[in-house]
Amino acid sequence: MQNDVVLSMRGIGKVFPGVRALHNVDFTLRKGEIHALMGENGAGKSTLIKVLTGVHIKDAGHIHLDGAGEVTIRSPQEAQALGISTVYQEITLCPNLTVAENMYIGRNKDLIVKWKDMEKKADAILQNLGIPARAKQQLGSCSLAVQQMVAIARAVDMECKVLILDEPTSSLDDKEVAMLFSLMRDLKNRGVGIIFVTHFLEQVYEVSDRITVLRNGELVGEYEVEHLPQVELVAKMMGKELEGLSDLVRDDNAAEDTSTPVYEAEGLSSAKGVNPFEFAIRKGEVNGFTGLLGSGRSESVRAIFGADRVTGGKVKMDGRQVKIAKPKDAMKHGIGYLPEDRKDDGIIADLSVRDNIILALQVMKGFFKPISQAEAEKFADEYIKALDIKTASSETPIKSLSGGNQQKVILARWLLTHPQYLILDEPTRGIDVGTKTEIQRLVRKLAEEGMSVTFISSEIEEMLRTCSRLIVMRDRHIVGELKGTELTQEHVMRTIAGGGD
Amino acid sequence: MKLNKSLKRREPLTDTQLLLTITICIFFGMYFLAMAIWGGGFLRWQQVFDMLNNNAALIIVACGLTIVMIGGGIDISVGGVTALVVMSCIVHMNNGGSIFTAVLLALGIGVAFGLVQGYLISYLEIQPFIITLAGMFFARGMTTIVSLEPQKIAHEGFKQLMKTKIEIPLLGYTAKNGNLIPARMEIGVVVALLIVVIVFILLKKCRLGRQFYAMGGNSQSAMMLGVNVKRTRFYSYLISGTLSGIAGFVFMMHTGAGNATNAAGAEMNAIASSIIGGTLLTGGVGNVIGTLFGVLTLTTIKAIVTVSGLRDPWWQSITTGAMLCFFIVLQSVVLANRGKGGLKKMLPGWLKKPEETDAGKL
Repeated sequence: MQNDVVLSMRGIGKVFPGVRALHNVDFTLRKGEIHALMGENGAGKSTLIKVLTGVHIKDAGHIHLDGAGEVTIRSPQEAQALGISTVYQEITLCPNLTVAENMYIGRNKDLIVKWKDMEKKADAILQNLGIPARAKQQLGSCSLAVQQMVAIARAVDMECKVLILDEPTSSLDDKEVAMLFSLMRDLKNRGVGIIFVTHFLEQVYEVSDRITVLRNGELVGEYEVEHLPQVELVAKMMGKELEGLSDLVRDDNAAEDTSTPVYEAEGLSSAKGVNPFEFAIRKGEVNGFTGLLGSGRSESVRAIFGADRVTGGKVKMDGRQVKIAKPKDAMKHGIGYLPEDRKDDGIIADLSVRDNIILALQVMKGFFKPISQAEAEKFADEYIKALDIKTASSETPIKSLSGGNQQKVILARWLLTHPQYLILDEPTRGIDVGTKTEIQRLVRKLAEEGMSVTFISSEIEEMLRTCSRLIVMRDRHIVGELKGTELTQEHVMRTIAGGGD
Repeated sequence: MKLNKSLKRREPLTDTQLLLTITICIFFGMYFLAMAIWGGGFLRWQQVFDMLNNNAALIIVACGLTIVMIGGGIDISVGGVTALVVMSCIVHMNNGGSIFTAVLLALGIGVAFGLVQGYLISYLEIQPFIITLAGMFFARGMTTIVSLEPQKIAHEGFKQLMKTKIEIPLLGYTAKNGNLIPARMEIGVVVALLIVVIVFILLKKCRLGRQFYAMGGNSQSAMMLGVNVKRTRFYSYLISGTLSGIAGFVFMMHTGAGNATNAAGAEMNAIASSIIGGTLLTGGVGNVIGTLFGVLTLTTIKAIVTVSGLRDPWWQSITTGAMLCFFIVLQSVVLANRGKGGLKKMLPGWLKKPEETDAGKL
């Protein structure tokens, strides 16, 4: 048993200025197992991974690797050389190089690149693993999912002993996830130890053998999957018994509302290739766009907000026709939009939490009427408290917050503008169960207070729990609208799949 | 040739190849147009060789800049370093130095600038623009310290070297009196073309070259992939500095005179040439063959401006500016629309044709 251990980390500690990110954490990985690393945001998962891959250098503890004894890992290169490979949530490949180059660059010390060999080997591996990419293709021309698989193919070919998959499934659709899982099982059978970091509980139970749970930078425990029911896992991650997930029951008896819609679109289309669609939302309603990745759900709400160039259609707000051509127009009419891509479209990483919160309000007021320091402070404190944002102070740069808390800051930014219609695109992606539930509750509460909300999520369950009406999309068309008793997983799936077959 | 292969296997062009194709097509289009309209000098091979003779140093400097720009950086000290090398070498040789020690001096100055700038930019992570701006001022200042007065080369051996030209009778033309005047190429051109070939091989075939691309594409990713980004960046500036040193020597072989304003604006011409040649300022995309054609395109434009009667020097600047602007807009439009099927719509008809017919033929 002891001989099976590939990697053992003992008493790992890591301190960042003002934050104790890891304290006395143990982690053991065995040969040929898929080991899930679980924890809420800020639990220390990312830090532990980064210590293991040499991005951060540990402050305390020991790392033992099978065959190498005790090791100190100071850089990603050293980690690679020791057989530790990582595939990150954000693709860490170079889009301007070919697929083959991305698989082989930085791996050998040969002075000359042997293109033919490299491409032949790359094609063989891609074929072997069933990855739909060609060696000579420029990586940037592949879809994100395929790029991720290329990253895994690279790791596989490096005959790594430890493969770390950091949130690999967040941008994949079900089919791709299934493909990834079969790839993972294949690797497991070849004796690779896989560390699987994810927020999707179902996925953990689908592939993992063992689970290690972290909370607040400390180890909660290591468990065999069979002996840890899902509910208990969630409880362990949150450090409390799980109330809340089930008490979010919608009242389905909302009467048919015939009032004038807050927002109404007719034949709206955008440059990003959304087909003209009709859409309306009433006061106090929570509806959602659902569909597979790439079905056009994000593109639709971006068209509503004017984030992409609108190419046609009429828009009415409160029954009056208005023109929304750019985000500022939308904001003026009381529409708020929380973008899908938190890092690129949402946060301004180097600004403080406070400045990030007041940003949208400031834009609406115009930059020549600055919000006073005292006022900004007041707003920030109010929302940090209201949304329970975990930050050292309102002065802290937003980039040092965990993902879930960053998301809350952006939410606060929009709430501060008091929108009558708020669009939330994947507000819960990549954040922990606890914060997820909080955000879902908040959405319901806002709706009760009279705000209209459009909610988008990849998790159908979450959509069903939060929305009272679902708009189903497929291939950039709206293919159905579900409400009341139709709101079941089965119905949604059927609508997405289409009745044709 | 590389192009044909990838087309045969029906792999879409990479960004680098696409931009290179555009540059080469535009250069030949422009040159043939000039031949058709103005004839005369444009019909002689000597015109091409003159373009090379006059710009050998610029080609070398631009090669270095292409490497730095592919790696996502910038080096604006190159013109200053070139001028410093010219002045130092002339003063050195006029005071009894040999050609050999002058070569060493040229290389030494170039390497020294490369080392210091590379170290500051890569390991101390200071903005390359600022460091090389400082380097430029420093080099220009040093040039005037070495000699305030313009210097003329007095070294006999070197004068001989300057006069040495490679004659290619095959590409010559028959003068009015019936004599065959062979095409003449300076030694500096051989050096420049050799460097283009070496840099081409470096960028295409060597690990280091590919690491420049990786670093320019996404330096964070490159680091994660195991590329030693700091060292790679260091090498890019070291190569650029060294090439500026060589360029200085070649410049001197062409002019034989040193002046504090030598190679003025060479850095900007080199950047312009690289951009016209399809190197993106954002990094990760570029090709040294393109840079060579970039230099030629820029020179051809200037020649065309001159023969069309606009002899005042500012017309050249204005056309260079317009040309650069045109290429940048063209590149960003092409790159932004590729893969979305929008390319065909966006390009005007006359630009669309060469690529489509190319693809159709093969």
